[in-house]
Amino acid sequence: MAKEDTSEFQANQKIHRTVKLVVTLALLLLFFVVGSKAQKDAARAGGETSSASPTANPSSGKNSCLECHQAMGDQLAAPIAAMAEDIHGKRGLSCANCHGGDPTADDPTQAMNPGKGFVARPKPAEVARFCGKCHSNAETMKRFNPAQRIDQESEYSSSVHGKRIKQGDTKPATCISCHGHHGIRAVSDPQAPVYPLNVAQTCGGCHANTDYMRAYGIPTDQLQKYSQSVHANALLKKRDLSAPTCNDCHGNHGATPPGVGSVSNVCGTCHARQAELFEKSPHQAPFAAAAMAGCVVCHNNHQILLPSDEMLGSGATAVCSTCHTEDAGAQGAQKMRGLIEELNHHIHQTEGLLTQASIAGMEVSRPIFELKEARDKLINARVIVHNFSPNAIETAINQGLEITGKAHQAGQEALNEMQFRRKGLATSLLVILLAIAAIYLKIRQLERH
Amino acid sequence: MENTNTPVTTRRKFINYCLGTSLGATLVATFYPIFKFLVPPPITESTEASVVAAKVSELKPNSGKIFKFGSKPGILVKTPSGEIRAFSATCTHLDCTVQYKEEAQHIWCACHNGRYDLMGKNVAGPPPRPLEQYTVNVRGDEIIVSKG
Amino acid sequence: MNLSAITTWVNDRAGLEPLRALAHKKTVPLHRHSVWYYFGGMTLFLFAIQVGTGILLLLYYRPSAENAFESVQFIMTEVRFGWLVRSIHSWSANLMIATMFVHMFSAYLMKAYRPPRELTWVSGTLLLFIVLGFGFSGYLLPWNKLAFFATKVGTDIAGVVPGIGTFLLRFLRGGDEVTGATLTRFYGFHVAVLPALVTAILFVHLYFVQQRGMSVPPSLAGKPLQTMKFVPNFFLRDLMGWLLALGALAALAALFPWELGEKADAFASAPAGIKPEWFFVFMFQTLKYLPAKIGAVDGEVLGILAFGGGGLFWLLVPFLDRQSAQGKSSRWFTLIGILILLYIVGMTIVGYAE
Repeated sequence: MAKEDTSEFQANQKIHRTVKLVVTLALLLLFFVVGSKAQKDAARAGGETSSASPTANPSSGKNSCLECHQAMGDQLAAPIAAMAEDIHGKRGLSCANCHGGDPTADDPTQAMNPGKGFVARPKPAEVARFCGKCHSNAETMKRFNPAQRIDQESEYSSSVHGKRIKQGDTKPATCISCHGHHGIRAVSDPQAPVYPLNVAQTCGGCHANTDYMRAYGIPTDQLQKYSQSVHANALLKKRDLSAPTCNDCHGNHGATPPGVGSVSNVCGTCHARQAELFEKSPHQAPFAAAAMAGCVVCHNNHQILLPSDEMLGSGATAVCSTCHTEDAGAQGAQKMRGLIEELNHHIHQTEGLLTQASIAGMEVSRPIFELKEARDKLINARVIVHNFSPNAIETAINQGLEITGKAHQAGQEALNEMQFRRKGLATSLLVILLAIAAIYLKIRQLERH
Repeated sequence: MENTNTPVTTRRKFINYCLGTSLGATLVATFYPIFKFLVPPPITESTEASVVAAKVSELKPNSGKIFKFGSKPGILVKTPSGEIRAFSATCTHLDCTVQYKEEAQHIWCACHNGRYDLMGKNVAGPPPRPLEQYTVNVRGDEIIVSKG
Repeated sequence: MNLSAITTWVNDRAGLEPLRALAHKKTVPLHRHSVWYYFGGMTLFLFAIQVGTGILLLLYYRPSAENAFESVQFIMTEVRFGWLVRSIHSWSANLMIATMFVHMFSAYLMKAYRPPRELTWVSGTLLLFIVLGFGFSGYLLPWNKLAFFATKVGTDIAGVVPGIGTFLLRFLRGGDEVTGATLTRFYGFHVAVLPALVTAILFVHLYFVQQRGMSVPPSLAGKPLQTMKFVPNFFLRDLMGWLLALGALAALAALFPWELGEKADAFASAPAGIKPEWFFVFMFQTLKYLPAKIGAVDGEVLGILAFGGGGLFWLLVPFLDRQSAQGKSSRWFTLIGILILLYIVGMTIVGYAE
């Protein structure tokens, strides 16, 4: 009996162990299944199964890129520090989001496995696609900035840079030439190489480098010329961010020199009125026929200086005399110059008169206010020049002259009034002196006795 | 007996005459400016920090009006929805005077085609900054514009 | 009806006989210091001009931060002869303070405060304080930048007075800052409070002068002196001086119109060279030179207390100068007076030379 009991006990123990094992195995299986499903879900949520997906969250989970590169130090660790200031890094993107590979693997051959999408250093021709993986993808970009454009890659392929790259040239600019890499800043960041104040220098990095540009046979003095221009002055000295730099005329991602036909359109985006007047002017047709680029003929392209009245007319400084020497055009130009200078002269003269009156203590704020309108007319006339019609100028100038005449008269009246005050003062002082003299005589007369 | 023709008497008379006349003239010289001062001047009120820019009735919706504000021009704008706003009318580009463009419903500078929206913000063309906005108050039929 | 008939008619009703008697009786002692007697009358004449032009300015002036500057500009530009009236008001104010100082120091140095004229002196000193108040309050009224900041600094100084400083500052400013409220307040002081006070005290001052007659310097007291009848002899001379002053004012106003400056802007930074009116410069300059700390006390506090003490001393001079009261010469007080005079002149020059 005791033996049976023992064997029965042993059998019970056996069953117990088996159950335990089965339950453990079942639990393990369950964990495995749930775990792998979760992994799949995560991958699906990423949109792309490639590990170059920007959704992988570097803060959770492993990032073997950082671990190894940090440990190797020097040049290989440099991108890590640079990424701290990078707009992509700040938005939570990490190495693998651009470079691909498997950041969960410790084995470098696995982590940087080209089979897992790893790209160490894209060739120049590949850069646009490299960035375009995300930047041309509306779905992806929408998650970071719904207002962000996604046409940079296609724009780029239309640019001279993009076309040459496609032809196998490795020197033209790619995304990273202008935006940098591992430390890319938003355009609105004043430290970004593409911030308006820095654009000219960034473009000039290549375009002002004669050695670098030699093969292309294009000038390299654009930066130097631009920096003398009225635009550079407004942008860099007056810090007027609305003033144009390279990309405002040439485009940025689609950078191409504007053709002869589109020059007045390019300038006309800001100088609309001049462009409109020029389109209707007698110059439009012959310029187009002679393939002369509208605005540029008189104003230059990069070296656009502050225009002056001396550009007009038939003298040595006049741009008109390049084509017109002793024809009707030269006469017209001379007439326009004369009219503008006449108004300018009258305005200055009247200003002088009014200043003189105000220094003398006369109130002339009203004519000064009115003279402002004459100055408007002058500026307006200088714009109308782009229609090259002496008659139109004459009308504008005459309006200005009329206003100036009135202001001049008011200034003259103020000076007359001052004379009147002086005379009035002299008269009253005379009267007072007479009274004093009379009193003096009276006193003498009184005290004689 | 009183001698009315001695040199002394004549002299006294003359001095008295001089004294009276010159003192009278001094009084005139003093009171003439005072009298003129008391006469109300042609422009009857000082209007600088705030100015009656227009009458409500003269300003139609979707229109603008230039007014003198101190020594500078201001522009009064009545939006198509009937709201009245006032700005400095000096273009921030080259100091031309801006105007209201009914058909485009914006503020426009003729000199270089600068454009501002109806909040005075520079939206197109060369102007680098928005127009300075003034405060508008309506008192009865008068639109009063003031700075700050 | 001829002139004498009218005079008789009026006299019968108004009883002007005592006045006429007073005018007849009043004489002016003649001696080598007689010239100083003209300055009191000159100050009175300039004061009358202040009243007249002040009333005229009231017709167009508007006491508010929004309108004050503009209304003064309006007076200067649109109102006919407004430029003249305003410039004369400004010039006359300054000339009046100058003649008042001359009058005061001559009275002091001639010891005119000796019995029985102590109250004439006291009332005169009170007039001095009020006139300085006129100057201080009137300076702000055009509401220009310089005046705005000068008032800020001036009232700041009042705020340092121990004990009542904070109250005084708020009382003067009508709040914690110099604002439109300050302007309204200063306007009230300038055209109502101070004129009322000045009228009362000026009347008292003139009454005392008439009661006790002109004082003679101690060195000449008791000696037989020639006299001159006030009416008409001295009065005609006075009149000559007044007419000269009138001509000078007209010339100054026409040739050197009083500047208006720029409109005050509480948010603008203070312009360089803020200076109070010239008659406050010596005090301003003193406070500038005082070290931050003298012993345990703030230098500025000490300076203000010193000026307060000085004012009190000046007011009570007739009761402190026992020597003069007894008819003896009092060299100490002469010396003190000259030192004060030199100090004021010196500090003012230094203030402008900087």
